[in-house]
Amino acid sequence: MTAPLLSLTGLTKAYPGVVANDDVSFDIRPGEVHALLGENGAGKSTLVKMIYGLVKPDSGQMLLNGVAFAPTEPRAARADGIAMVFQHFSLFDALNVAENIALGMEMPPPMRDLARQIRSVSETYGLPLDPYRTVGDLSAGERQRVEIIRCLLQDPKLLIMDEPTSVLTPQEVQILFETLRKLKSEGTSILYISHKLEEIRALCDQATILRLGKNVGACVPSETSARDMAEMMVGTSLQTPERSGRAFGEPAIELSGLSAASPSEFGTALKNIHLSVRKGEVMGIGGVAGNGQDELLAVLSGEIPEPSDAIKLMGQPIGRLGPNQRRALGLLAAPEERLGHAAAPDMSLTENALLTGAVREGLTSGGFLRWSAARGFAENIIQAFDVRTPGPDNAARALSGGNLQKFVIGREVLQRPEVLVVNQPTWGVDAAAAAAIRQALLDLAAKGAAIIVISQDLDELMEIADSFAALNEGRLSAPRPTAELSIDEIGLMMGGAHGMEVAHV
Amino acid sequence: MDLSAINPVLLIASLMVAATPILLAAIGELVVEKAGVLNLGVEGMMIVGAICGFAIAVNTGSPLVGFVAAAIGGAVLSLLFVLLTQVALANQVASGLALTLFGLGLSALMGQSYVGVKPPAFAKLDIPGISDLPVVGPILFSHDLVLYFGLALVAAVWAVLKFTRAGLILRAVGESHDAAHALGYKVVRIRTMAILFGGACAGMGGAYISLVRVPQWTEGMTAGVGWIALALVVFASWKPWRVLLGAYLFGGITVLQLNLQAAGVAVPVEYLAMSPYVITILVLVILSQQKSSAPAALGRIFHASQ
Amino acid sequence: MIVLEKRPQPSKLWAYGTPVLAVLLTMIFGGLLFAALGKNPVDAIRTIFFDPVFGEFAFYYRPQLLVKGAPLVLIAIGLSLGFRAGIWNIGAEGQYIIGALCGAGVALAVYPLEAFWLFPLMIMAGALGGWAWAMIPAFLKVRFGTNEILVSLMLVYVAEQLLASMALGLLRNPDGFGFPGSRNLQQYPSAHNAELIAGTGMHLGVVFALIAVIFAYVLLSRHMLGFQIKLTGAAPRAAKFAGVNPARLILVCLGTSGALAGMAGLFEVAGPAGQVSIDFNVGYGFTAIIVAFLGRLNPIGILLAGGLMALTYIGGEIAQGQLGLPAAAIDLFQGMLLFFLLALDVLTNYRIRLRKGEAA
Repeated sequence: MTAPLLSLTGLTKAYPGVVANDDVSFDIRPGEVHALLGENGAGKSTLVKMIYGLVKPDSGQMLLNGVAFAPTEPRAARADGIAMVFQHFSLFDALNVAENIALGMEMPPPMRDLARQIRSVSETYGLPLDPYRTVGDLSAGERQRVEIIRCLLQDPKLLIMDEPTSVLTPQEVQILFETLRKLKSEGTSILYISHKLEEIRALCDQATILRLGKNVGACVPSETSARDMAEMMVGTSLQTPERSGRAFGEPAIELSGLSAASPSEFGTALKNIHLSVRKGEVMGIGGVAGNGQDELLAVLSGEIPEPSDAIKLMGQPIGRLGPNQRRALGLLAAPEERLGHAAAPDMSLTENALLTGAVREGLTSGGFLRWSAARGFAENIIQAFDVRTPGPDNAARALSGGNLQKFVIGREVLQRPEVLVVNQPTWGVDAAAAAAIRQALLDLAAKGAAIIVISQDLDELMEIADSFAALNEGRLSAPRPTAELSIDEIGLMMGGAHGMEVAHV
Repeated sequence: MDLSAINPVLLIASLMVAATPILLAAIGELVVEKAGVLNLGVEGMMIVGAICGFAIAVNTGSPLVGFVAAAIGGAVLSLLFVLLTQVALANQVASGLALTLFGLGLSALMGQSYVGVKPPAFAKLDIPGISDLPVVGPILFSHDLVLYFGLALVAAVWAVLKFTRAGLILRAVGESHDAAHALGYKVVRIRTMAILFGGACAGMGGAYISLVRVPQWTEGMTAGVGWIALALVVFASWKPWRVLLGAYLFGGITVLQLNLQAAGVAVPVEYLAMSPYVITILVLVILSQQKSSAPAALGRIFHASQ
Repeated sequence: MIVLEKRPQPSKLWAYGTPVLAVLLTMIFGGLLFAALGKNPVDAIRTIFFDPVFGEFAFYYRPQLLVKGAPLVLIAIGLSLGFRAGIWNIGAEGQYIIGALCGAGVALAVYPLEAFWLFPLMIMAGALGGWAWAMIPAFLKVRFGTNEILVSLMLVYVAEQLLASMALGLLRNPDGFGFPGSRNLQQYPSAHNAELIAGTGMHLGVVFALIAVIFAYVLLSRHMLGFQIKLTGAAPRAAKFAGVNPARLILVCLGTSGALAGMAGLFEVAGPAGQVSIDFNVGYGFTAIIVAFLGRLNPIGILLAGGLMALTYIGGEIAQGQLGLPAAAIDLFQGMLLFFLLALDVLTNYRIRLRKGEAA
C-alpha cells in the first residue's frame, strides 16, 4: 500500500450550538478517487473548508505527504497542490472565462498566454471552452468547466469536488467522469463529495461516510450496495413515499404559448411553453439549473405578468392576475430560495405565515391584520409539519434549512390549493424532512390537487411524479408518463432533444 | 444682454477648472463602487477636504501641501465609513448620509477662523512659448498641477482596472464578495483600501474648490458637487473615460450658466443656478433607461459566515 | 481576535438599548469635543440637555421644544415609512420648502381676505406641494428606474433656488420697501398658524405631528400596508412573491413623506418663521433623517428622538449664547449621534466574541 497523500487525524470543528466535525480521521492515497458521503448538514463542507484553508480546525491535524499541513488561507492550500471546484459561489458573472481563471491562480501569465493555456487544457481533457466569453452567459455545465480548468492549470495533487454533478445532465456527467478518470490515471487524487450513491459506486475507489459531523464508516463503494451506503449515511432505514393509485380529473392548469423575458440579467427567457396538468396529477419538471426554472415559477406564481390567455386555471384565464388574486382562486406556489424569496429571514414565523396566507386563511379584515389568527395559522403549520422551533415568534432565519422548508411547503399545503407549484422542494434538506415533504405532496395530489414539481433531483421526480417534462434553455419538452421513461431518454429530454429524436434512440 | 462677451477659449479653459473637483471626486467614487461599496458620503468628504486643504495651505503657504492635507483629511473621514460599513456592518446608504451630515458640521467648526481669509495662489503651468500659443495655450498648457493630476488619475485608474491584477481583484470583489472570499481574497481589506482611496480623491476635489476654483472658504461651499459626482459615476456606467466626459459636460454647464448670468441673459439668476441640478436629473433619467452595468455586489453587506 | 457572530434572532434588548447607549456615547465624545474647544464639558452638556427643560428660563424654552420638535417628528415619520421599505427619500428639505411656498402662496394670493377656510386650504396646499415635489423622484423611479436618492437630493438644490427666486420676486412683500421676503403671515390672522393655547408652543403642527405618530403606529403594527412596507424592506423578493406591488409602494411612501414634509414647511412658514425668506428653512429635512434613525424607524421612538433632537437645537442655542459654543459644534454633535447609532446597531444582529485567530 502506498503512503497516503493526505492524512487527516482527529479533526474537530465546533460552531456555537453545533459540532460540525467531531474527531474525523481518514486518508487519501495518491491517484485515488475518495468519496466523502453524507447528508446535508453532516459536516462535509466544513471538513473540506478546513483542507482548503478557509476554516481552521479546533483540534486534530493534517499531514500532506507526511508533513504537517495547516493552511491558513486558500492561497497556502493552493500552493501545496490542493485545488477545489466549488458547488457555487466562486465565479464572477460579469467577468470573462480567462479573468475568472486568473483570479484563482497565484501567478497568472499574461492574458493572451493564459487564453492559450486554457484552450490547450480544455482540449486535452475534452472540456471545450472559449476563454473570452462572459461567464454569466454560460450554461451550468460550462461554468463548472471554468472551475475545473482553473484547478487543472495549477497541476493539483488533490482535486476537491463539491457536489459536481448536481448541475449536469446525465450525458454531461459521463463526460465529467471521463475527465476525472483521466486525471486519476495521471496520478491526481480526487476528493469527491456527494450524496448520490450510484455516482459514487461508478466512480470512487474509497468512501468515507459522515453523519452529524462524525466519521461513521468507510467502504469500497463498488463492493457495497447503494442501500447499505444510504443506511450508513442516514442512520435509520428509509421509508419510500407511498403513492396510491390515482385517477386524474379535468385539466386544472393549462399553459399555452407562454413566453416571458427573465427579470434578471443573466436569467433565461421562457419560450413558447405548452403544458396541461390534470387534477390529481403530479407533473415533474426536470432540467439543469438555470434553464428557466425560476422564471417558470415566477410566471405561475404571478410575479411575472403574462397575457391573460397564456395561463388558464380551471378554464379561466388568469395570466394577468397578481399573486394574491391567483391565491384566491387556488393557485399557490413555493419558490426555491427559502431565505429571501419564500420567506423573509428576519421576520417571525407568524409574519411569514401571513406572507402568503393572508388571502385564503382570512388573516386580514378590511385591510387590518388579525394577528391572533395569523399566529394560529403559524402554529398549525408548525404542528402539522413537525417544524422544530421554540414557537411562532422565532425568526425564520433561526430555523434549519429542513425545518424552514417544511414550514414553507406546509404553509401552502395547509391552504388547500387547487394547484400547487413547488421549485426544488427538498433542496438542501435532510432525508427525513425530504421524505415528509414528498409524502405531503403526494397526499395533496391524492385529494385531487394538481401539483407541479420543478426539481433538479431526477431521483425525486422519478419517485413522485406521474408525468415528466424537461426545461432546456427556456423551452419545455412534451410531457411523458414517468413510468415508461429510461434514464437515457430523460437525459436527452434535458439536453434539449425533443420528441422525434427520443423516438429513435 | 451681450453673448459676444463670452470668450469660447476662456470658456473651455474655465470649464476644465470647474470640472476638476467633480472629476476627482467621481473617479475616487468609481473605484469605491467598483469594489462593491456605495459611499454616499462624497459630499461630506469633499467639504472636509476643502477645509483641511484650505487651512493647511494658509498656514504653510503652500497649496501643494494643502492638497496633500486634503487627501489625508478626506481619507481619515472615510475611515469612519469603513468603521461603520466594514467593521460594524451598518447599512451603506444610512452610513453615507451620516458621513455627509457629520462632514458638513465638522468642516463648519474647523473653518470658523478661516472665513474671509485669502489662500495662497497656486502656480500655473507656464512654459514660455507654448503656454502663450493662441487657443491651445490657455486651454491645454496654462493650468495648475492638480488639474493635470486629475487627468492623469483618470488614465491611471482606467489602466489599473483594465490591465492589472490588482484591478481584476478589485472588480472581482465588487462583483461577488462571496466568490472572492471563497478564493481567499481579503474582501474587507480590499474594500477598505478602495474606500480610503475614494476619500482621498474626494478630499482633493474639495480642496480644489476652496483653493483654486473659488478660492476662499465658506460654509457648505461644495453645494452638492459631491452628489453630482455620485450621479456622474452612474452616468459613466462605471467607466473611467466616461467619468472624464461627464465631468467636462457638467463643468461646461456650470461655467456656461455663470457666463450667461454675467452676460445678463433675460433668465432669472436662480433658474440658471438650478440648471446643473436639473440637468443631472435629466441625465440620470435618460441613463436609467439602459441596462445597468453596476457592480453586482454594490451596496451589499459582506459578512464572512463560518 | 474579535469576531462578529450572527445572532439567530435580532436581540430585543439591544434594539432598545442601542439608542440609549448611542446618546450616552455622544454625550461623552461631545463633552470631549467641547473640552477641545476650550469649554467646560460638564457645563456644556448640562446647558444643552438640562437647562432647556429645568433651567432658570425653562418657562421660555419648554414651548420651544414643541415648536422645534413638531416639524422634525412630522418629517421623520414620513421618512421612516420609506426607509423601512428601502425607499430612500433624502430630499425632505426640498419638499419642506415647496410645501411652505405653496401654502404661503395661497395666503399671499388672496391677501388681505379673511376667511375661516383659508388656513385649512393652506395646509392642503402645503401637503399637496410637498407631495408633488416628492412625486418627481417617485414617478421617475417607477417609470424609468432612476435612483431616488440622487433625484430627491438634487431637487433640494432646485427648491432652494426656487425659494430664493420667490422670496426676491413673485412672493416679495409689495409694501416691504424692496427688502427680500414675503409679507409676515403672523400679522395675517386667517393665515397665521398661531399657538392653540398661548405660551405653550402648541400650534396645529404639533397636533398633526402627534396624529402622524399614532397613524404610523397603527399602520405599521396593524395594517396590511404597514406589513407590506416592512416586508419590502426586509426581503424585497419575498414581498413581490407575497403580492406587493413595488411601484405602488414607492408612490405611497414617497408621496406620504413628501406630503408630511410639505405640511411641516407650511406650519413653520405660517407660524414660527412667519414669512417666506431666503433662509427660513434651517435644515429640518436633513435633521429629520437623524431623528428617523435615532427612533429606530419606530413611530414612538421617533417621537422621543424628535424631542431629544429639539432639545439639542435649543440647548445648542443657549450654549451658543452663554458659553460661546459655535453653532457648527451642534451640527457635529448631531452627526456624531447618528454615527454611534449606526455603529452600535451591529449589536442587535450580531454577537461580539473574542476568538482565537481564524483563517479567512
